[in-house]
Formats: sequence, C-alpha cells, structure tokens
Amino acid sequence: MAHAEGQQHPIGVYLQIWGWLFVLSTASYLVDYFHIQGYLRWSLILVFMVLKAGLIVAVFMHMFWERLALAYAILVPPLLVLVFVAIMTFEGDYTFLTRLIFFQTGS
Amino acid sequence: MTSPALANTGESLTRPDGLQGIAADWSSDQRAFKNVPWGKAMMWIFLLSDTFVFSCFLLSYMTVRISTTEPWPVPSEVFALTIGGTEIPLILIAIMTFILISSSGTMAMAVNFGYRRDRVKSAVLMLVTAALGATFVGMQAFEWTKLIVEEGVRPWGNPMGAPQFGSSFFMITGFHGFHVSVGVLFLIIIATKVLRGDFDRSRPGFFTSRKGNYEAVEIMGLYWHFVDLVWVFIFALFYLW
Repeated sequence: MAHAEGQQHPIGVYLQIWGWLFVLSTASYLVDYFHIQGYLRWSLILVFMVLKAGLIVAVFMHMFWERLALAYAILVPPLLVLVFVAIMTFEGDYTFLTRLIFFQTGS
Repeated sequence: MTSPALANTGESLTRPDGLQGIAADWSSDQRAFKNVPWGKAMMWIFLLSDTFVFSCFLLSYMTVRISTTEPWPVPSEVFALTIGGTEIPLILIAIMTFILISSSGTMAMAVNFGYRRDRVKSAVLMLVTAALGATFVGMQAFEWTKLIVEEGVRPWGNPMGAPQFGSSFFMITGFHGFHVSVGVLFLIIIATKVLRGDFDRSRPGFFTSRKGNYEAVEIMGLYWHFVDLVWVFIFALFYLW
C-alpha cells in the first residue's frame, strides 16, 4: 500500500464495473429503441439508473470501502430529495388540474 | 521552555461496528471522518451540495412536465439522427453516454496508478479522460446547434409542443456541460502536476499552496465520477422518460 489513507484495489475490479456500466447503458438504450411503454418502461429505466448510479458511487468513488461515518453522512441526505419529489408531484398534479378547469373551457 | 507532557492514555478502545460505530465517530469531540483526508471529505461535501443543485433542476423539470397541458415533445424523436438514410432514435445521446462512462473508467484507473506512483500511466489516463470529456462537450455543442438551428427549440418555446421543454433542456444539460468543461480543465492541471512529479516531491500546489500528494488524483476522480453520475440521472429522467 503506497499511502496509509489511500484506496488501493486491483485494476480488474474497475474493468469489471466498466463492463457492467456498458451493459446497463445498452440495456436502458434498448428500452427506448424497442419502444417499451407504460409501467414496464418506467420501472426498467429506474432500475437501470439506480444500478448504474450504485456501481459508480460504490466502486468508482470507493464508497464501498469508506468508513460508515462518511458513507452515511453523504448518502442519507440525498434520500430526503425523495420527499421533495413526492411534494412536487402533488403540486404538479394540482396545477395540471386547475389548468384543465380554468384554461381549457373554450376548447 | 517546557513542552507539555504527553500522557500515555493506554490502549485505544476498540471501535464498535455498524450504527454504534458511526455514533462513536461523530461523538465526543472527535474528528468525524477518520482515515479520510480533509480534501476528500470536503470534495464529498461539495458533491453533496451539487447533488441538491442538480436535484432541484430535475425536480423543476418534473414539475413543469407534470403540470403542462400541452403535449411534451418526444425526446426519442427530437434527438434522433439520420445516419445512412435511416433514422436512429437517441443515437447521439447513447454515444455520449458511452463516452462519458469510458472516461469514468479511465479516471478510475488513473487514480489507481496514481497511488501506485506510476506517474506516466496515471497522467496519460487522465489526459485520455480529459480528451473523452472534451469529445462529450463537443458532441453536446453539436446537439445544441442542431436543436436550435434545425428544430427551432428556444428556452421560451418550440414547434413540437410544451414550451417548458426548451428551458428545462438548456438549463439541465447546460449546467452539466459546464461541469464537464470545468472537469476537463482541472484534469489537465492535475495531469500536468502528476507528470512533473509534483506529488512525489510534495511541491506546494495552486489555490492552497499546501503540499500535495496523490490524494489530489483521487479527489479529482471523485469530481469526475460525479459528473458521470449526474449524466446517468439526466439520461434516464430527461432523455428516456
């Protein structure tokens, strides 16, 4: 180990993850290419997205090997964005509804 | 002058695992991120704040897309390219995705060779990463030009449908492209320092004039992987949705 606090892992790990990222990206592109629609499309896109993000953060950014105190401090706060997503979904749906009621009467 | 006596506090306590370990790290006036160089912790905290910036952009995009009563332009068709007479949906974006992933791969290996003190390999891999990043930005410029000149997309409207499409697109991809551009500049700077052997001689660096070491390569890597990470979300939520 060259440095006491450095991250040192075999190159093969990175090449493997690189390969997986290619596979997952191709898969998510194929979802669009074959015009998969509806809930299957959205769930596939989200699954591939989360898997890719997880691989990048865990291996490329070395979070898998970091101390838990750092991992939790960095990874837990972004989860709160999901609350924001829920709030804005309600808000967006409401705006859409009011627009339909008040601005689409003539058409 | 008497130096303060160093008390022998005996064997250090064994740290508990899991949540108790986190509580132990964060409590009792300790340094919370043990084993983590300060530069790396600060980069992570910067990336966390950047996560919220991009989250807000993607959230505002989500909100305007939900609330608009006009049809949203189909990204699959808007970003299609005609190659050899056939229209291939989203092909440019797919190529850009592969380029950015490849640059992440080369960056990860550059970090690895940096810690092994293999200066030439580390610097060359970083320059390859920078070249791939510059290619990405170039393709993005091509994409923007096509959209503005040929498709007539503007931040305030477009011929395909909901006017919010343009503002969301330019805001999100523009901010991401800016991040990539800045990353390319920093990659070239760090690669030069590695190649010159600055980190072997602990030569004081720019900005802070602190003595540098190969952690700088890993910190650079964290930023670059983050740029790739954001693209994963943009690709899924803006282009594929």
